[in-house]
Amino acid sequence: MTNHYCDLKNADVILIMGSNAAEHHPIAFKWILRAKEKGATVIHVDPRYTRTSARCDFHVPLRSGTDIAFLGGMIHYILENKKYFRDYVVNYTNASFIVGKDYDFNNGLFSGYDASKRKYDKATWVLEKDEKGIPKRDMTLLDSRCVLQMMRKHYSRYTLDKVSSITGVSKENLLKVYQAYSATGRPDKAGTECYALGWTHHTTGSQIIRTMSIIQLLLGNMGIAGGGINALRGEPNVQGSTDHCILYGNLPGYLKMPVASLDTLEHYLKKCTPESKDPQSANYYTNYPKFFVSFLKGMWGDKVTKENEFGYQWLPKLEDGKAYSTMHMFDAMYAGKVKGYFCVGADTAVSTPNSNKVRKAMQNLDWLVGENIFNNETYEFWRGPGVDPKKIKTECFLLPASATMEKDGSQSNSGRWVQWKYKAAEAPGDALSVGEIELKIMAEVKKLYAKEGGPNAVAITSLKWDYLDSKGHIDVLKVSHQINGHFLKDTVIEDKAKGTTTLFKKGQLVPTFGNLKDDGATACGNWVMAGSFDEKGLNKMAKRGKDDPTGLGLFPNWAYAWPVNRRILYNRASCDINGKPYNPKRNILEWKGDKWVGDVPDGPWPPMANKEKGKYPFIMKTDGVGALFGPGMAEGPFPEHYEPLEGPLAKNPMSGQRINPVAEIFKSDMDKLANASEKYPYVCTTYSCTEHWCTGALTRWQAWLLEMQPELYVEIGEQLAKEKGIKNGERIKVISIRGEAPCVAMVTKRFKPFHVEGKTIHQVGMPFNYGWLFPKDSTSDSTNVLTPTAGDANTFCPEYKAFMVNVEKA
Amino acid sequence: MQISRRGFLTLSGAVGGGVVLSSLGLNLNPTKAYADELDKMNRVKIAKQTITTCCYCSVGCGLVCSTDKATGKIINIEGDADHPINEGSLCAKGAGFFDLTEANKHRLTKVLYRKPYATEWEEKDWDFAIPRIARLIKNTRDKGFITKNEKGELVNRCETIGHYGSSNVDNEECWLMSVRSRALGLVYIDHQARV
Repeated sequence: MTNHYCDLKNADVILIMGSNAAEHHPIAFKWILRAKEKGATVIHVDPRYTRTSARCDFHVPLRSGTDIAFLGGMIHYILENKKYFRDYVVNYTNASFIVGKDYDFNNGLFSGYDASKRKYDKATWVLEKDEKGIPKRDMTLLDSRCVLQMMRKHYSRYTLDKVSSITGVSKENLLKVYQAYSATGRPDKAGTECYALGWTHHTTGSQIIRTMSIIQLLLGNMGIAGGGINALRGEPNVQGSTDHCILYGNLPGYLKMPVASLDTLEHYLKKCTPESKDPQSANYYTNYPKFFVSFLKGMWGDKVTKENEFGYQWLPKLEDGKAYSTMHMFDAMYAGKVKGYFCVGADTAVSTPNSNKVRKAMQNLDWLVGENIFNNETYEFWRGPGVDPKKIKTECFLLPASATMEKDGSQSNSGRWVQWKYKAAEAPGDALSVGEIELKIMAEVKKLYAKEGGPNAVAITSLKWDYLDSKGHIDVLKVSHQINGHFLKDTVIEDKAKGTTTLFKKGQLVPTFGNLKDDGATACGNWVMAGSFDEKGLNKMAKRGKDDPTGLGLFPNWAYAWPVNRRILYNRASCDINGKPYNPKRNILEWKGDKWVGDVPDGPWPPMANKEKGKYPFIMKTDGVGALFGPGMAEGPFPEHYEPLEGPLAKNPMSGQRINPVAEIFKSDMDKLANASEKYPYVCTTYSCTEHWCTGALTRWQAWLLEMQPELYVEIGEQLAKEKGIKNGERIKVISIRGEAPCVAMVTKRFKPFHVEGKTIHQVGMPFNYGWLFPKDSTSDSTNVLTPTAGDANTFCPEYKAFMVNVEKA
Repeated sequence: MQISRRGFLTLSGAVGGGVVLSSLGLNLNPTKAYADELDKMNRVKIAKQTITTCCYCSVGCGLVCSTDKATGKIINIEGDADHPINEGSLCAKGAGFFDLTEANKHRLTKVLYRKPYATEWEEKDWDFAIPRIARLIKNTRDKGFITKNEKGELVNRCETIGHYGSSNVDNEECWLMSVRSRALGLVYIDHQARV
């Protein structure tokens, strides 16, 4: 989230799209209702009528997988009707920048497409610069090649008629949403968007979110109270696990994983450190080398120095252009290339798309290590449905873990609040915390390498791994200190703004990432967490102050929000170029002549009207402004509608490219697809329910919750049920080309047929909370036996939310 | 009179108990239930209170665990009324948080081990599991280790071991898993953020 949960109450219009907040984030929904009580308009756009819809001002059903068409239509509406917040758009976005002459877009393809590689060469997706290397701008926004005009041209095709025909949303409903939401394009109004897996789970997922980001920038809704783009994420510490980058492509703090061609630390840092010639762009990532070198020092301590490139060569290097995400891993496992597998606190045999392929893949493993508080389908794959354990070679371990209330530590919510929690009881039996299990296994591995050696053994033997206390248990504070970072020698830090100097002693914790060094004088496990302690050791994550000086729910003394306790990201954009709040009634930050007052500002510099010292507000962007034109994306600088990989249409009504031209597609013999097929005529989507969580791997073991939602069902609209002769409560099966899922039919008014391209299209939906292992008398299995292995080209999030099925009597 | 929330609960419990007592002889079951509740309230009142965070969605609701000082067991979990986000309220899953404690008979309490081709788990201990897992890691890593790629570039990576998870453990644990995976040279590293 750019903002945070309590801030939802500050919005004037809330668009919930790609989320069923009332059922999946009930407490977040409380804050949405607080806004509504104060007069906010709350809109739900979703294929299905849910309890969220019931509490909103209006619900607009749309066909799964057509969000970009819907939102592209909104961009068209905003631009044609001049609903955008002009002052904000001119100063704080790249609307005025000039697009390079070789950039082009034609019939669904951007310039630079290589059909054989299914990839783009992005060389033409550039913005023009002057002789000094500073981006050219036309502040009148009239230049035909300025970003705003290029965007206007791009979305001119997204007319009401076209969008209505693609999405199945009536023109009246489209206009209702566009008018209500674009009314926030004024200084005194705030609009926010809440999404969840309903947006990420598409082959166009990242671009859906980017389309909304463009809308938010056009309306001046980024960086303000009650604004932002707010991902209602689905796991308790998914923010923290992402920040610490248990992700193939990043190291903790979103540092980039090195690739093979970056052969030296110098080359790596040059590639990863962006340059800006514009003196008014803070370009904060010029500090990248400090974060990276401090990370390496945090990992390997004294063993790494300038002489050995701080251990850069010890890190694994990814193959250039190759991805190693979940789907890629199971594809490699299916091909017999992955031999050992750690599955910690997860149930991938249920949660991964095309589960039958995943389960088959696991049969190729030599060994499996599970760590969890309950058993699940992944750990029992060797005796799953249709599997003969006597034929499965895999050596399996299931290690008992502590539950969350049985350990000290911190977790980060979606609003980036890092909250400390305390151990309330010992874990039962032999259970240990995951941290302690990992420490002990790796300590043993280190011993083996110290004794026997092995390839790149130095990376293992040198790993700083002294986080057990004198009794042999994990010392969580020691780990969190390492993450925060500390000085490795006595260091004098000069604060030029305040005109002060401070001496920090060797071993003292760094108070902020601004103090990190690129010469090995500091160690920091994760730079975004630097400052979670103060230099005296005070744990800010454990703070429980309830003061709310702005009255806007920032709660600056409750826990710690990264970065540097900033509660609303990009908050300098809430003020005009002189630093005065656009909306004085929701003043989160104000320039008082010599300093910012309010939330922790995005950097201390004066506002940008000060041409000498002032900086643009989007300090993490190289150009310092919000990117309407976004050349970093895999699909193109402007989001474009493509159909889901499996959909009901043989052609994309918008262009000659039916699907995302760069979507990740897998080609094993178990990766079958059925587009516009008579055998699988219904669109299917998946979702959760209030009583279960994710795969149900925790909640299915709890009698109270299981009783409320005992088994898998499929929601079918009344008209389709009548056509198929299916009755409410009847046992049926849902079939895709990849598998079939027995379940109970729930005939409902919540799904209505869509009218798309002159045809009637039915959509059904299923929860993803079930598996075969428990409850024992259940005939349910994972919904993901139905879903395809295919994903977004930027994130490789699978397309769980739009695929094709049939429904049949069992 | 100022009444704290906890005090109010205790008081209302006592009043409720009084009403029930007056109906003695009519139906003893509700009386017994109330008496049990009263007892629980008194136990909660003197219990050690510990703050934790909900382990389901990412809203980060606060909870208060009450641990019996005599037994060391958690006897009650409820929403943290002081927490600025949930203000004491919880959803269905959060309200059932107690069922994640050891009171749930399905909790794993032993190291389980399944030999190749076996049809059942067997119980083991840490002294067996940790050295064995370490040995398997080393064997698999060393056998499949890629020091240089086809172009001859130094890559120092292990593509034969995958790591998945978890967004349901603490930050400190996430960081440890992230760096240990890199030290081992793993590249198939992922977790729930992707799915």
